[in-house]
Amino acid sequence: MPESSATSSLTAVLGDVLKRQVAAVQDYTLLTVQALRCMFSPPYYFLDTLEQMDIIGVGSLPIIIVAGLSIGGVLVLQTAAQFQRFGETALTGDAVSLALVRELGPAVTALLVSGRNASGMASELGSMVVTEQVDAMRALGTDPIRKLMMPRVIATVLMVPLLTVVFDFVGLCGGFLVAYTTLRLGAVQFWTRAINSLDIGDVVQGLTKPVAFGLIIATVGCYCGLRVRGGTQGVGRATTTAVVISSVCALVVDFFLSRLLLYLFQ
Amino acid sequence: MTRDVPPPSQNIANTLRPLPRESGRREIQSVPGEALISLRDIHVGFEDREVLQGISFDVAHGETKVLLGETGTGKTLIMKLAAGLIQPDSGHVLVMGHDVSEMPERELLNFRRSIGFVFQEGALFDSMTVADNVSFRLREEAMDETEIDERVREALRFVEMEDALEKFPADLSGGMRRRVSIARALVDRPPVVLYDSPTAGLDPVTSQTIITLILRGRDLQDVTALLATHRVQDAFGLANFCFDKSSGRVRALVGNGSSGLARSLAEREEAAESGKERNEARPTNVLVLRDGKIYFEAPADELLRTKDEYLKKFLASAE
Repeated sequence: MPESSATSSLTAVLGDVLKRQVAAVQDYTLLTVQALRCMFSPPYYFLDTLEQMDIIGVGSLPIIIVAGLSIGGVLVLQTAAQFQRFGETALTGDAVSLALVRELGPAVTALLVSGRNASGMASELGSMVVTEQVDAMRALGTDPIRKLMMPRVIATVLMVPLLTVVFDFVGLCGGFLVAYTTLRLGAVQFWTRAINSLDIGDVVQGLTKPVAFGLIIATVGCYCGLRVRGGTQGVGRATTTAVVISSVCALVVDFFLSRLLLYLFQ
Repeated sequence: MTRDVPPPSQNIANTLRPLPRESGRREIQSVPGEALISLRDIHVGFEDREVLQGISFDVAHGETKVLLGETGTGKTLIMKLAAGLIQPDSGHVLVMGHDVSEMPERELLNFRRSIGFVFQEGALFDSMTVADNVSFRLREEAMDETEIDERVREALRFVEMEDALEKFPADLSGGMRRRVSIARALVDRPPVVLYDSPTAGLDPVTSQTIITLILRGRDLQDVTALLATHRVQDAFGLANFCFDKSSGRVRALVGNGSSGLARSLAEREEAAESGKERNEARPTNVLVLRDGKIYFEAPADELLRTKDEYLKKFLASAE
């Protein structure tokens, strides 16, 4: 009998956990749909959107540049030895270009923006929730989803693709610097091969993914912030959750998007 | 010995002018004596506990209803229900004739522009200056910038905070934040203002200043108010004083030789017995909450005549 009651209580606990997760996904979906619907009717908050674009876009530039340079350089270091074995060092430009534009650029940019901005959104909005500022906004007749969430979603969706382009370019520059210094590859050879190796499908892939990642980062960050419970401790939890969930979701979506885009463009 | 609301030392004739209603927000019609806020059989529960168990009361036009109760009795909940910020499990909340418990959020946002709400800790937007906080609602209504500036200064002058225009909430004391919050709630001249524990956590002198501001809002702007507090002094302050427009001063409703500044319970009881202390035009009534139900509801002075042990605890706290 005790075994049976322990099993049933375990089932009940697992059932509750599952129900909570399903409810959270439903709540997140509703909030995202609500935010997206706000884009099609006034009022619009252009200044707030510009401010967020500055925070998310310009604010993330330094880490994007440093990370891009490093990853481009590392790619050449890792691939150069293999290409040298076959005497095809000229292919380094192709490898770096394809890897960056198709995959590493969007994915690493998303992870960096997620770490910097999803956490920022969750903590800022979460603090506003626990100090009743969000309720005060509603009491003053302003929709917090429209005023707080929509500008962040628009700004992130616009900025992540641009940051990805910057990351790709800076990554190629980093790759070229390492290729020039270690393999003695000429600038014309490296850049010609790097550019010619790309076709329209690669560029579309490299710019479609960041849009999806931007949407995921902003909506997850805002969702975690606006649903904070439990005071300052809750804000801390929301910040961590926002980074973890948005990063993991971005990587999972990356797989499915890659599959879809490869199918469409091959 | 208790200390009630002190009259301000200087003349305060500055009032807020009526706001032109071209902003497209819902026009509110109210009739004196008619209930502006009406809660009917409200039930609200969280998990296994029912916090409000069938609460029903009305707040008439011009009335100030003081919700008294211990921490956790559901005062803030009632304030948020009245503003439509949360919905009851059952029952109806009527504000200015509209059932806010059944209104969709989109309509509520528009409707709330006719209600002022002063939050317990002020809830000022900490990334905005005092001026931006006070002008928030006006900017949302796309009012002309010159008019906004004028109204913000007027509202801040009303709470004697005009010199804090460019300060951030973090630079202000608790009392100053509450005053800015009152300015933010009154800047649009709403007919109904909800004060959620506006004196909580403040020292007695600052608390009196806040009550004086509420009193001035009531008497100068004809505000109907619902005020949640655990301080019985707040109720007596609003019941025993009024703002005299002609002299621009706060005065006691019954002169007792000490201008009503410091009156003992015995003195108050005596005045209450004489029946002269009520402000008939703008009555202050007290509603005591206990265990999720209304425990006592009557004009403030009747609280003094109570023989109930629980209510006497509240009176004792004012000693």
